[in-house]
Amino acid sequence: MEQTHESRAFGTENHSHTVGYGTYIMVWLGLVALTAITVTVAGMHLGSLTLLAALTIACIKTSLVAYYFMHVKFDNMVIKVFIAVCLLIFLTFWILTFSDLSFR
Amino acid sequence: MTDTLAAHEGSYLEYEGRHKGILGWVLSTDHKRIGLLYLSAIMVFFFVAMTLGVMMRLEMLTPGETIMKPQTYNSIFTLHGVIMVFLFIIPAIPAVFGNFIMPIQIGAKDVAFPRLNLFSWYLYMTGATLAIISLFTGGGAADTGWTFYVPYSIRSAQNVSFTTLAAFVLGFSTIVTGLNFIVTIHRMRAPGMTWFRMPLFAWGLYATSWIQVLATPVIGITLFLIILERLLGVGVFDPALGGDPILYQHMFWIYSHPAVYIMILPAMGVVSEILPTFARKDIFGYKQIAISSLGIALIGYLVWGHHMFVSGMSDTARIVFSLLTFLVAIPTGVKIFNWVATLYKGSIKFSAPLYYVLAFIFIFSIGGLTGLVLGALATDIHVTDTYFVVAHFHYVMFGGMGIMFFATMHFWFPKMFGKMYNEKIAVIACTIIIVGFNILYFPMFIMGYMGMPRRYYDYLPHLQGWHILSTVGSWILVAGIVFMFGNLLYALLKGPKAARNPWGGTTLEWRVSSPPTVENFDEIPVVTGGPYVHDKPTYIMQPSKELVHENGDKLKGETLKAH
Ligand SMILES: [Cu+2]
Repeated sequence: MEQTHESRAFGTENHSHTVGYGTYIMVWLGLVALTAITVTVAGMHLGSLTLLAALTIACIKTSLVAYYFMHVKFDNMVIKVFIAVCLLIFLTFWILTFSDLSFR
Repeated sequence: MTDTLAAHEGSYLEYEGRHKGILGWVLSTDHKRIGLLYLSAIMVFFFVAMTLGVMMRLEMLTPGETIMKPQTYNSIFTLHGVIMVFLFIIPAIPAVFGNFIMPIQIGAKDVAFPRLNLFSWYLYMTGATLAIISLFTGGGAADTGWTFYVPYSIRSAQNVSFTTLAAFVLGFSTIVTGLNFIVTIHRMRAPGMTWFRMPLFAWGLYATSWIQVLATPVIGITLFLIILERLLGVGVFDPALGGDPILYQHMFWIYSHPAVYIMILPAMGVVSEILPTFARKDIFGYKQIAISSLGIALIGYLVWGHHMFVSGMSDTARIVFSLLTFLVAIPTGVKIFNWVATLYKGSIKFSAPLYYVLAFIFIFSIGGLTGLVLGALATDIHVTDTYFVVAHFHYVMFGGMGIMFFATMHFWFPKMFGKMYNEKIAVIACTIIIVGFNILYFPMFIMGYMGMPRRYYDYLPHLQGWHILSTVGSWILVAGIVFMFGNLLYALLKGPKAARNPWGGTTLEWRVSSPPTVENFDEIPVVTGGPYVHDKPTYIMQPSKELVHENGDKLKGETLKAH
């Protein structure tokens, strides 16, 4: 049955995953490095690219945090889809708002 | 357990659990009782806001001062809007009927999080209380209009902070209910109730819930920023401090346009329940209607800029938003055509709920089509901020959601209270409402086209004829509404007992007693077919006593399987 199948997928989250401290430290180092890049880029005069660079880096950092520290990596598909939908809608808000701001 | 035994037999109205009397209601986690808690609160606010509306119309009877001062008028239209939008239109159908009916429709004993459900009612009441307090504290009731546009909402001497705080708290109530419904629909459907066997009301609520969860936080933070601006002068919206007032409008409408669909999608869901019931026919295009709900929810996110065509937004944005706005007409049209096609060649039974639905289709179509006038850039500039807009959104909001709220009341009243009302009076009241409604709001299209601005206390003498007509319409409309509720109230007190299935409905709520028992079902039923099949049963109500296959089909002469 479609429904039971789905419930099973939804309900059985795999709790047995273990992540070594090594991975966390690597991710943390990555975050620190990205922060360093953000600061450096802010110091250079890139014009409107500054904002773009800062936002791109922020996005990568957020994904890393969500993926590893918030355990999205180990969640099942439904949760991942939900998060993707939320992000997509948020992105849409941004793009449409900038269709005003950038062309005013 | 004696407790469970009683639960199976008695109706939820008479059941006495841990608490008795009023405590048995305000501490109840039963989705049906919570639905009625919402209903009683919502009815109070509806009548308050309606009275405010009537007072506004009375003021507009003559040019200049009629019954109130300009400042009072400003506060009254703000209150009318805030109460109607945040306390009635948004919560009414999901919180009352979604709570009461949806779990039964999908074959569940309650929502996924019953306590959270009760908590959300308390949040609602807290928000409502804050709104009431705001009237009598600080500088008095807010006078900004329900949209709280900056820079005026920052400068206004009235108690805007409190009113926005109230809306902020109400937002949480909406989010919690939405979350609860999403989880309920994903996790609590009865065996065999696949997504495409789900009643369309549940589909409407599902789409609505997603908007509630994803869009409401935006209004929460936006209104909170207003409070911060007023108290601390942070300067997000204030140009003097480097802020952008148009940003406020973006953020406000990012929520408030999708909110229009929070208001209308559950109502459309009920239309899809009532039509197949009274046409004695399966709904035409089930999947298309279900998917179009999601389509409306999705496109609804992309069109907010149509409220800002004259705000000073860029031309690019205006063209993009205008184009996207026209796209909403497609899924809406899909629904309307499927509804009409459902009636085609049906054996139609003209009962009261169907009358209200037909009124809805007529009035909502006018509202929807005048929306295209406003969505087109050129014509919008002519009628922006005039009565044309007021007429349009009353046709959509009141004609759409309001009339459908009445239809819903009449449709599920026998189920909820186990009593039957006088159908003849209900139909007469419906007629009075339709007549009054059109006399009240149609002249506003004309006045708007002639240049009557909205939210103005005064007007030029040549518009008076239309204003008088409109005010008289408001009296007829109110008479109809009072008549209608009087009929229902009488039925509640003295009506004859309603049958289990007075309309010949095919969804699960018509298979349980009227009113339902505390636990809805003795046993979780098994679903074997679509929701609107009239010629054969599609539910097995007591699977343990009947022979049931794993896949939900009845067994023929095979061994009994314990379920
Ligand atoms: Cu809109």
